[in-house]
Amino acid sequence: MTTESGPLVSFGAPPSPAALPQPLKESLLKAVATPYNSALHHFAVFTAGATFLLIIAGALVTSNDAGLSVPDWPTSFGSLYKIPRLVGGVKFEHTHRIIAQFVGFLTIILAIWMWRAEPRRWMKHLGVAALGLVIAQGILGGLTVLFYLPPAISSFHAAVGQTFFCTTVAIVLFTGRRWVEEVPRIQWDTRSPSLVTLTLLSIFALYVQLFLGAMFRHKGMSWWPHVANAAVVAFVLAWTAIRALSQYSKIEAVRGPAITMLSLLIAQLCLGFVAFEARVVWGHGAAQPELPMVISTVAHVAVGALLLATAVILAIQVWRHVPVAFEEPVPSPERKPVAA
Amino acid sequence: MTRKTWVMFGLLCLLGLWLLAGCGKKESTSEQPASAPTSAQPAAPATPINPSTVASVSGSVKFDGTAPRPAKIDMSQDPACKGANTAETVVADNGSLANVFVYVKDGLGNRAFDVPKDSVTLDQSGCRYHPHVMGVMAGQNIEIKNDDPTTHNIHPTPKDNREWNESQPPRAAPLEKSFAREEIMLPVKCNQHPWMKMYINVVKSPFYAVTGPDGKYTIKGLPPGDYTLAFVHEKLGEQDQKVTLAAKDSKSVDASFKQ
Repeated sequence: MTTESGPLVSFGAPPSPAALPQPLKESLLKAVATPYNSALHHFAVFTAGATFLLIIAGALVTSNDAGLSVPDWPTSFGSLYKIPRLVGGVKFEHTHRIIAQFVGFLTIILAIWMWRAEPRRWMKHLGVAALGLVIAQGILGGLTVLFYLPPAISSFHAAVGQTFFCTTVAIVLFTGRRWVEEVPRIQWDTRSPSLVTLTLLSIFALYVQLFLGAMFRHKGMSWWPHVANAAVVAFVLAWTAIRALSQYSKIEAVRGPAITMLSLLIAQLCLGFVAFEARVVWGHGAAQPELPMVISTVAHVAVGALLLATAVILAIQVWRHVPVAFEEPVPSPERKPVAA
Repeated sequence: MTRKTWVMFGLLCLLGLWLLAGCGKKESTSEQPASAPTSAQPAAPATPINPSTVASVSGSVKFDGTAPRPAKIDMSQDPACKGANTAETVVADNGSLANVFVYVKDGLGNRAFDVPKDSVTLDQSGCRYHPHVMGVMAGQNIEIKNDDPTTHNIHPTPKDNREWNESQPPRAAPLEKSFAREEIMLPVKCNQHPWMKMYINVVKSPFYAVTGPDGKYTIKGLPPGDYTLAFVHEKLGEQDQKVTLAAKDSKSVDASFKQ
């Protein structure tokens, strides 16, 4: 066995699209060939909007301590279709279930539509994955009822819910006119860590934060890990956004999500502080969840979901527009004889 | 995937849903006491207590300092809920502390006591639990009534007993429940009306009491001996006191809590 070494070809300099290698140009042309499906895109937008509403409805259930007000699942008070009297905790829990069923129905349509209308095979699979996620999420929601809100399952339910939301947002992005029609403006990333790595690190940090927050909300953990990790999240997200804005601000697809992520991060930190004050400090001895406690925590969850979705969009756009420059060893033209 | 694979996948999903639905079916939540006799191992008979020598202990529980202002309750979530609008977390009137559970924590040795056949009643009225704190012997029946024109759900969240959660519509038959293992300040809540909270204290002996609005309690029928009395409050914690009772003694043991 012999090893060969040769000169390294560097892709450090940002080339123009015209100067791109032939295979890359072909792959871009393939992307352009996908027709824009306005109806599918708008349906995806509607599904993502309904999913965001569902996350708010879910947050209202937890914030109002109404998680087990309907004690059975998949039935509600023994019925699959009868609407119970919507008072007290039932108002929040049953509304959450109705919206969840609606989102499930929308996702079935979306998956079938994508399977039939999408020319991109990976998009067909993404539709099926979204359907799988919404089914898993429904079953997890049921398990939280059947096992009396165990913190780990409830937190997993929160995390999968936001993952499903990110999936619907990604579908919106991929079915959008800009995604299917634009020729991506590519700028090679030569810095270390790369911007793609930073965006993935941001998503990871946000997931950890989401799980810690959910564990605290479901009484499985103290508040301090969530608060301590907020500093880590703020640092990683700020680093990512500042890198994106300082190096790649000319790429609109990167600039927009980076600015949005930074703005949402600031809003989320403020909301987190308000929610902490309302729930942990002021509301410590409250006889029931008070309105300021509910509003601040629900807003914190909602903005958290938007922040995670924005981080996912940024990661996708960075992956598309700012690929990592790499060095590849090119075989030397002259072969040297090597002793066996 | 082939059509056959899809059919198999669908059948597996349906089976999973059916199994999950089965998990949610109601079961009898009346538990057998942990020390319940089995056919193979008969229980030791209850140790007889000589009625002519029994003693009693009584006293009062005070709240030291200014009592915290009771938290307000907002019942507007359910128009059927009408009642007092303050929480019962700390009820201290003129320094007398109500809802303190007093029981013989230690000193009874291996004595076994018959479980009373009479049920203890827990009532839901005015969207509140009555009483707010109660005692019951392990295995003793608790009759849970709903006197409100709205549905409640009763959800105990024990540490050592089995958790359950059942709804009770208006005019429904009372629920019959029991707890098998000793557990102090076992929280019970209604998820439909988040202000509704109460505590059940499950003990092995009949020697317990709950202080009333005047802060007073009495425990009668104790055999002579050295005992540890525990005073437990849902928020203010636990205090233990030693007491020695001779035959026919009637001693006073007071306690005082502060925030």
